[in-house]
Order: sequence, then C-alpha cells, then structure tokens
Amino acid sequence: MRDDDPNQNEKVDERSGVSRRDFLKISSISVAVPLVTGPKVVFVAGEQVPVHGPGKVPMEFTINGKKHKADLEPRVTLLDALRDEFDLTGAKRVCDRAECGACTVLMDNKAVYACSVLAIEAQGRQIATVESLMQGDKLHPVQQAFVDNDASQCGFCTPGFVVACKAFLDKHPNPTPEDIRRGLSGNLCRCGTYHGIQLAIAQLAQKGA
Amino acid sequence: MADYGWPDAEHRTLIGKRITRVDSPVKVSGQAKYTYDVKRPGMLFGKILRCPYAYAKVVSIDASAAEKMPGVMAIHIIQGPNSTIHWAGDEVVAVAAVDEPTAEDAVRAIKVKYQKLSHLVSDAEPPKGAAQAQGPLSMDDIDDMLDNQVPARQMVEQIQQYGITSKPDEGTLKGLQEDGATDEVIKAIRAATVHPEAGSRPKSNYQKAAAQTLGDGEKAFAQAEVISEGLYGVPVITHCCLESHGSTSEWTDNDHLLVHMSTQNVSGIAGQMAEPLKIPATNIRVHQDHIGGGFGSKFSPDRWGIATAEVSKKAGGKPVRIMLERDSELKVAGARPSAYARVRVGAKRDGTIVAWQSESWGTGGPGGGGMPPIPYVFSIPNQRKEHTAIRNNIGPARAWRAPNHPQAAVITMCALDDLAAKLNMDPLDFFLKNIELGKPRQAIYTEELGIASDLMGWKQKWHPRGQNKSGNLARGVGLSLHTWGGRGHASDCDLTIHPDGSVDIKMGSQDLGTGTRTCILMVAADTLGIPMDTISLQIGDTMYPPSGGSGGSTTIGGVSSSTRRAAVDAREGLFAKVAPALNAQPAELESINGTVRVKGDSSRSLSWKEACSKLGAMPLTVRGKNPDKSKPPDLTNSGVGGVQMAEVEVDTDTGIVKVKKMVAVQDCGLVIDVKTAESQCHGALIMGISYSLFEEKVMDPTTGRMLNPDMQYYRLAGLNDIPELVVHMMTGKGYDERGVIGLGEPPVISPGAAISNAVANAIGVRVPFLPLTPDRVLGAFQKAGA
Repeated sequence: MRDDDPNQNEKVDERSGVSRRDFLKISSISVAVPLVTGPKVVFVAGEQVPVHGPGKVPMEFTINGKKHKADLEPRVTLLDALRDEFDLTGAKRVCDRAECGACTVLMDNKAVYACSVLAIEAQGRQIATVESLMQGDKLHPVQQAFVDNDASQCGFCTPGFVVACKAFLDKHPNPTPEDIRRGLSGNLCRCGTYHGIQLAIAQLAQKGA
Repeated sequence: MADYGWPDAEHRTLIGKRITRVDSPVKVSGQAKYTYDVKRPGMLFGKILRCPYAYAKVVSIDASAAEKMPGVMAIHIIQGPNSTIHWAGDEVVAVAAVDEPTAEDAVRAIKVKYQKLSHLVSDAEPPKGAAQAQGPLSMDDIDDMLDNQVPARQMVEQIQQYGITSKPDEGTLKGLQEDGATDEVIKAIRAATVHPEAGSRPKSNYQKAAAQTLGDGEKAFAQAEVISEGLYGVPVITHCCLESHGSTSEWTDNDHLLVHMSTQNVSGIAGQMAEPLKIPATNIRVHQDHIGGGFGSKFSPDRWGIATAEVSKKAGGKPVRIMLERDSELKVAGARPSAYARVRVGAKRDGTIVAWQSESWGTGGPGGGGMPPIPYVFSIPNQRKEHTAIRNNIGPARAWRAPNHPQAAVITMCALDDLAAKLNMDPLDFFLKNIELGKPRQAIYTEELGIASDLMGWKQKWHPRGQNKSGNLARGVGLSLHTWGGRGHASDCDLTIHPDGSVDIKMGSQDLGTGTRTCILMVAADTLGIPMDTISLQIGDTMYPPSGGSGGSTTIGGVSSSTRRAAVDAREGLFAKVAPALNAQPAELESINGTVRVKGDSSRSLSWKEACSKLGAMPLTVRGKNPDKSKPPDLTNSGVGGVQMAEVEVDTDTGIVKVKKMVAVQDCGLVIDVKTAESQCHGALIMGISYSLFEEKVMDPTTGRMLNPDMQYYRLAGLNDIPELVVHMMTGKGYDERGVIGLGEPPVISPGAAISNAVANAIGVRVPFLPLTPDRVLGAFQKAGA
C-alpha cells in the first residue's frame, strides 16, 4: 500500500490472505504447519490468522477485466505472478520492496506497489496493469502526454509512472505543482525523466484529462 | 564522388529539428520487452549464492542438500575451494530451479565455509607513510587484476610501466588466459622487464603513483599573491540501473548459445563469452530489444553472465534467467571510483591563476584506480600532483557516465571557486579572466558563460559569500565548466531498399534510452527523402552488422555517420537505376518528400515507390561504415564544452540543501534530434542533483558490507527534488559544421561542482565532500565556528 492510502491500517481481510509483513511475522510459525494446501488458522499476536501453504495453492485473479488462474506459493507477490505467470511484464521488478514504484498497478482503482502485495491477497480484487490503458491502438491520454513531452528515456520506470500518474489525476484532476510534487514522489527514475513527466502532467491538467 | 557531408540547415528536413522519440509508444504502454521481461519456453530461474565477507578464502562448499531438493535442476560452482573473495557479495555458486522461490530455497540450503581475512573498505586519507610506490607485478597481482575486472588497457599500462617480478612459464600464461587475460595483456607480460628482487616485498593497500610536475610550482607559489588551500572530494556512488544486470541463456544445441542480455555492448558480448565457455564467438547469438539503464556498467557479460550459460548447460541447455536482485545490483554491479584531494592553488592579485598543487587519493575497489584529470579544463602553467590509489574490498569500479570527470570537476572547480572568494572576485569574472587556460575551447566557454549567466540571472543573484540570507534561509549561486571527447565509434550499417519501396536498416547497436533509434531513422529518412515511419529499423542483435558499445558518448557519432554513408550510397544506387526512366543523369536527381525527381524540374519525377520499382527483381543493399576515410568528409568530431550554473537554498538550521534552479549550456556539434538531446541534458542535471545531494555507497568498516544496498537508503532524487531546469543547446553556425559529437557524458559532469559552489556561496563555508547532506553542511558550519 502506498503512504497516501487512507486504508493502509485497515484490518487484514481474512479471506484474502495475509500481508507480506504479517507473513514475515508468522513465517517461523508456518514452518511447523503440516505441508497441506488450504488455509489453517493459527492464533498469533492476539488474533486468528489464516495460514496458507507453504506449498502451492490454487488462486484466481481478475486482471484487466479477465479471469486468470494459477497454482502459486503463498509467498509469491502479485508482481511476480503478473510477470512470470501471466506474461504481463509492463510492471517492472526493480527494488522489490516498495521503494521505487516501478511495479505500480491499480488494485480496485487504487495505485499499489505490486511487489508488496501478495498474490494471494489480490484475489477478488480488480487488478489493472499498464497494459489495460490503451484502447485498441490508441494511447491513453496520460501515455500520449508522456510521448509528447519525451517523459521516458530507458523507459524502465515509465509504465509504473504512467499508472501512478493516471491514478493521481483521477483523484486530483486539477493538481497544483505542489500536489504533483507530493503525489508522484512514490516513483523513482534513474535517467532523470522527471522534467518531461512534470510537463506531461501539466499538459494533462490543462486539458482536464 | 557522392556527397556524404551533412546537409546544411536549408536542406535538412529532419536533422536538427525536434522529433519525438520513436520508441516512446511501446515504452509508455508497457509493451517494450526488456531482458528482464524475456520468458523463454521452459525457462528455469537462477539464483546466485554470494559471499557475505569482504575478504575471505573459500574453504569448502556442500551443495548436497540443495541438489536433492525437488525442482532444483542444476548447480554450478563459480568460485570453488581455495578461491579468494575480494568483496562482499562476490559470486560463489549458481543454482537453476523450476521457479524462483525454489531457487532461493536451494541457495539457502548450500553450506559454504570461509576463512575470513582482514579487509579494508575505507577510502579515508591514507595514513602518513602507508603509501607504497607501485612496484613490479607478481603473477598473483596480475591474476588478482583479472579477478577484479581491471580493464585490459590499464593492465597493459601497468605491466609496461612497472615490469614483473618473475618470468612466467607457458602453463602460467595459459592459466592467465583462461582467467580472461587478453592477447594484449599476454603480449605485455612476455615483453615486460623482470625484477626478481621485488618479489618478496610485502604489499600495501596504498599505492603511490609517481608525482607529476609541470613548469616550476615552487617558484610560482612563491610569486603568487593569493593562495587558497582546501579539501574536496566525491565518495563512491553506484550506478543503480533500474533494470538490474543479468541475462537469459540457453543452448540451442551442444555448442550454440542464445543469450538475451541487458547490455550496452550487444556486438561485443559474444567475443567476451567465447573464451570462458570454450566455444567460438560465432556460435553465440546475443539479443536485446530494450535496456533499463546502463550508465557505463553494462559492457561485459560479467561473471554471473558466464555462470548463467554454465548452469544452463548443466540443466541440459534449458533457458535460465539470472537477473541480479536489487541488493546485489548495488553491491557488486557498478560503482564509481571515489576521489579526494588536498589542493593549493595560487593566483596574482588580478586573478590570474599561476600554480596548482594537489595530493589526491581515492579508490576504485580492489583494482585501486587512477588520478582524475586535475586540474580540470584549466591548463594551469605550473603544477605538482601526487596521487595515492587505495586498493580495498568494496567491490570493483566500473565506468560511470563520464568516467573521472565529475570527480575532476568537483576538485578543480571548487578549489578555483574558493580562490575566487579569497580574491573577492565574482567567480564568473574569475573564470572569464582565466578562460585562455581553457584552450582550445576558450571561445566556446566564453560564449556559453554569457548565455548561462543571462539564463540564470547570475549578475542579479550573485552576492559575495554568505551575504544573501534571510532568516535561516541562505541563497547562493555556483558554476562549473566541463569537457568531453565524444567521437563516434566504429559502426557498420546495412541499409536495404526493396523494389516495393520499403526500406530496412540493420545494425548491431543498442538504444540506451538516449534516442539512438530515433536518430538513426532521422538520418536515413532525411537522406532518402522519405518519412521516418516507412523505414524498418532493427538493432540489438549479433546477427546484424557490428556497432560499438554505447559508452563514452560515442554512439550518436558512430551510428549517424554509418547510417548517413549507407543512405547516401543507397540513394546514389537508386538514382543510377532510375535516371534512364527520367531521361536524366543520376547526378541530376534528388530525392525529396517521397519523390525522386530531376533537380529544378518537378515535371520529371517519380514517386518513391515507382522509383524503387526500377530496381528490378533484387533489393539494393549497401553497407555504410564509420570511420571510412575512403568516403570523406569525417562526419563526427571530438571535444565539447559545457557550462552549468546552479542556484541553491540552504536551511542553516537543519543543513538541508534545496536546488532551486539549474542552467545547462551545452555544445555537441551538429545536434541530430534537439528534443531527445535536451532530454539528455535534463536527465543529466537531475542525475547530477541526485549524486550531489543524496548518493553514497556507505560501507561498514566492521563487517565490510555495504550498509545501504536498497533504494530507501541509497537515495535517488525524486520528482520533489527537481527545480526549474533550463537547457540551452549550442547550435547553428560555428557548431553545426563541426559534425556530430556525443552528448551522454558531458552534461552530467558539472552538477556536483556547480551545486557545491552554490552552497559555499550561500553559507559562506565550503562543504568539502559530496553528497551535501545535512550532517555534512552542519559539520562544515561547526568547523568554521559559524
């Protein structure tokens, strides 16, 4: 979850698995759990926590409006599932720990770092990746603005930035420069394309994209 | 002979204009496939076990438990028992398994015993008397150099300069060759002077290079009226490519390898893999569509790239992908050498610089490293320079965008800025006063300083040091100058015109995100007089004609020149076939706006497609080359000048530095695409802000490990750190006719010096070392008693 997500402290939905952090907390316990699929429930940190795995368990996802199924270990992240199981490689693996934003996708229309969401907890959510933004051959206005303003160089951070910009503009259609600086600080670029990205957002904000 | 020269401004349709990057749409839509995205059928996932110690010997490896794990397909020992490890994170064992989690589990199940040795990871000023003159090299030294990935050129220089301690037998030489010694290195060893007496000397981590002198420094300092002394430096930083290093390798049969690799050097990789894999280079195919950043760190297949091919072989030739994890990327896959110096610089009262003296040191890891080119840009008439290279266990250095120049700029431009302050001179006036020392680019610098000054509003903003403060916020401005070579590399380009009018170009080059694809298409389309989108461009494969590695700002000069020659020859070939149909001589024809016509007679013309149909049944293929003395003129050139200015605001309570504005004025000869050229400069300024304020590879002296191998504590600048950026490209008369010169390196050189000088101007004291973090700023205050 991103820092600006108001729901970041919400209780873990038991049906959707456990967060990566909780998983790390309980991993020493899960070792003692017999090797069967399907959730077990253990009592930890004062609450009931379902434990999945450690073997592969069947999972089902809704990604870009389509159903996808796979057998995955519960420790697999949404990012790795997207990339390695469904060949949706627009979201990139860079830091793999919620620092850089290159893996940004939408989960129920909110921008999330896919490297820090377990695949198992993305079940039942609407996942949208950068691949969903084009309409046929037509680029999404955010994508077109990136092209017009040369907002990509090597391009490895670009898909994450595009998704983050879309989510940001959906929420802030008329952003101030200060809004832009704050709202898009969760994505990092090494080539230094921020200047083009700022111009792209300014162009979109003017048009009211 | 055909006219290969660049067309002048009136006759260009695309060159020199602002053209949108052609591969933007695939990048913004997530369709661009990078090496990390390549998933081959039946692909296995590889992981590497890395040594946790900075200096150690491998005692034993027990991989039996991992071998038995379900899903583990192959295990390959990279550095077996008795190998010496020279940095934490070095590769020991590679594993391939059916999925990534299994490979991770397998790595954890391997037990390695090490004998720890005493490491050094500091690059602090060498203790007095510790430095040892570099002497003759033992065969162990040479093996260590190979192990530490010291460039062949540097090895040859050292072998020639210092000689060797013993004459090696043929078996030893063969061993060195197997460890990666090039023919040049072996030749240098055979020819080297032998100094047997030097073999028994104990080795120091600190190696002093011979002092370099110019003129009469002692006399010049005695005559100088103002002398400034200071300490300046830049720590080790990393490349932090967003796409980590790595590859996918598969054996298509027993002795043919297909490699997808993230590399700046597509054409040069097979040759580097052939020797260690013991197959001919021609049997290795290397492919890459897009690369997620290189910045100088991706020219070699690297030990892990060879290991990927080896472990694939052990897994029956199945494709294996090994991409480095982020922590490994930061620990082992790229570091820029540090450089520090104590500098004395003297001038006459009127500001004329007369003398330079420096004692510098720095580390490039186990290989040591050389002195940056100081004093930079300004050829001060009297100089005395000493340098000590620190050989330590932080991991090997790699070329980092403009190798050695950003360090040289900080050491020189900050020392000169301090001298200007001591002279009570505006540094702009001081630099202009001495601009003749910037030969042969003094005229370019003078023009650029004028433009930069206007764009920054320098004359309104500059105040004597420490005199522009309101409350706790201090403002200041600083400047720096830089230069770079940037001549085009060797490049071959195949261009084919088909009888149906379609055109394709094949070249073994790569586009690092610099706009290489766009520029190749612009040159070809401009020359042929057809739209860019009618040309199909294929790059990034060893099946295409070789083109040099993309380093040192050599790509644009190389590919634009070879493309221009190919396109001119193809056009001439087409004209020869078309001329009879237009009742004209080939020399009378021109190709423009999609038509081939008689110059000055639009009634005699054919559409491009009709013209190409005159080729007959066979397509026309020509090869353009760079360099090519048989087809003058030289289309590329070397030597650019650039000026940058920075304005900062420093919170004197917290020590936080904010860059408020940066101006870059840059020459690079004839600019092919102004739009992507400006992006290069914007990006370089941003990268410069990043290394000036945030970046440092922090080593733990106790464990010998990097403390910040992640993107939280190895901080890159974010969107919130980016100020107003103004880029001005020098184009037009006096610049265009110089030919095409590279741009990747130059604009990233000056930000460190310009920002450091702006901070000194704001707060009145020098913060000696980058990055200009709050603790360093407050420390400088404290030291100055301010």
